[in-house]
Amino acid sequence: MKCCLRVFVLIFAFSASVVLRADTDAEVIARRDALELAGAFGNDGFKIRDGHSCGVLKPHDRTVIAVNLYAGNQYWFSVGTAEPLKKVTVGVYDEAGTQMKTEDFNNEGKTAAGFAPENSGQYFVSVDSVEGQEGSFCLVYSYK
Amino acid sequence: MIRLVALSMLALVAGISIAAAEEGQHLSSDQMAKAVKTDSITVPTPGELFAALGKSGKINWSAQYRAPIPVTYANRAQIALNLGGLIADGFIAVEAKDGQQVKNIGSDIMKLGKALGVSEQLLSRGNSINEFAENNQWDTLQEELEATQNEVKTSMQSHADQDLVILVTVGGWIRGTQVVTGAIMKNYNEAAAKVLREPTLVHFMQSKLNAISPELRQEPLVKDVSEQLGGIEKLVSFPEGKTPSAEDVKKLNEAVGKLMTKIESKD
Repeated sequence: MKCCLRVFVLIFAFSASVVLRADTDAEVIARRDALELAGAFGNDGFKIRDGHSCGVLKPHDRTVIAVNLYAGNQYWFSVGTAEPLKKVTVGVYDEAGTQMKTEDFNNEGKTAAGFAPENSGQYFVSVDSVEGQEGSFCLVYSYK
Repeated sequence: MIRLVALSMLALVAGISIAAAEEGQHLSSDQMAKAVKTDSITVPTPGELFAALGKSGKINWSAQYRAPIPVTYANRAQIALNLGGLIADGFIAVEAKDGQQVKNIGSDIMKLGKALGVSEQLLSRGNSINEFAENNQWDTLQEELEATQNEVKTSMQSHADQDLVILVTVGGWIRGTQVVTGAIMKNYNEAAAKVLREPTLVHFMQSKLNAISPELRQEPLVKDVSEQLGGIEKLVSFPEGKTPSAEDVKKLNEAVGKLMTKIESKD
């Protein structure tokens, strides 16, 4: 219950900031879905980082986002999408561009990748469009 | 690796799929060079750094407190740098589960925020911080601190103070690194020292500092911070897989400590 309340507060805070940043309605929907998914990981002790990266993906397009992660922490990268973008995949790559082994989660346009780095430093998160037309996505991540 | 208890329950109900992705694909150097890099997702929060450090053993967080800093700086760049440092102090107080310290720091954050003209937005956050601190809601407090930091930055952007945003980030990172290196020096272990490898992060902050207005960049404190970050970048640029030695940690602690002293100083 407490976790749900926190997720609600975060969604509300992000929605408020949307007004300032003039995000599109589609990005708001995508972010809401990403936060809902990230909230589920909260049951396992993951904290949602107050930050996001939203954008638009064309069919079979890829966006790459740089993040800095710490050895010892565990991470979930959660992505929500808005119609007509239907399905994306999420990948994690190290600083040399080599794909890392992740635990993947997919459900109705929401996708996440779980990763525990052995080394601290820069990593890249890829979001790939695999189904549907051009549309918005939003990435948030959580850690513990 | 990562436990999926909660999601497994969901999967049973909704028929969703959980699988392990195989390694194998590569990103091209062009894809990595063009990767999205933003303050709000590329720069980790002090909370993430402290969470990683906490995995290596019990940390005496209250031993990392510093004496209260002045909250009457006249220079906006110095206020922004110290605001970032104070927010990192807030995370330390949350880790120490010290409600009074959280409230004291929250009060100082409001004072510096007011000096930058962002106090109205922060006022409600300040009230929430006090309430959560009184009720020992530590997880919520941490989220509130992250939200406070983002609100300060958003307010700066909407007030055409975009250049100050990176200074808040840099101030927070320097103070966070000072605390973490200080804690590791007291009880060195390799797992803890591994969190200090952050070469591209410092490079990213430096590139952002290089992009601020020439007037702000020429201010003595900003110039000093920018120059010293160049040296600090070398101190956190360990090869992948190499763990910083106790001596490496000491050198980094001295470098960030020296810089923090300048940032705090009212001279």
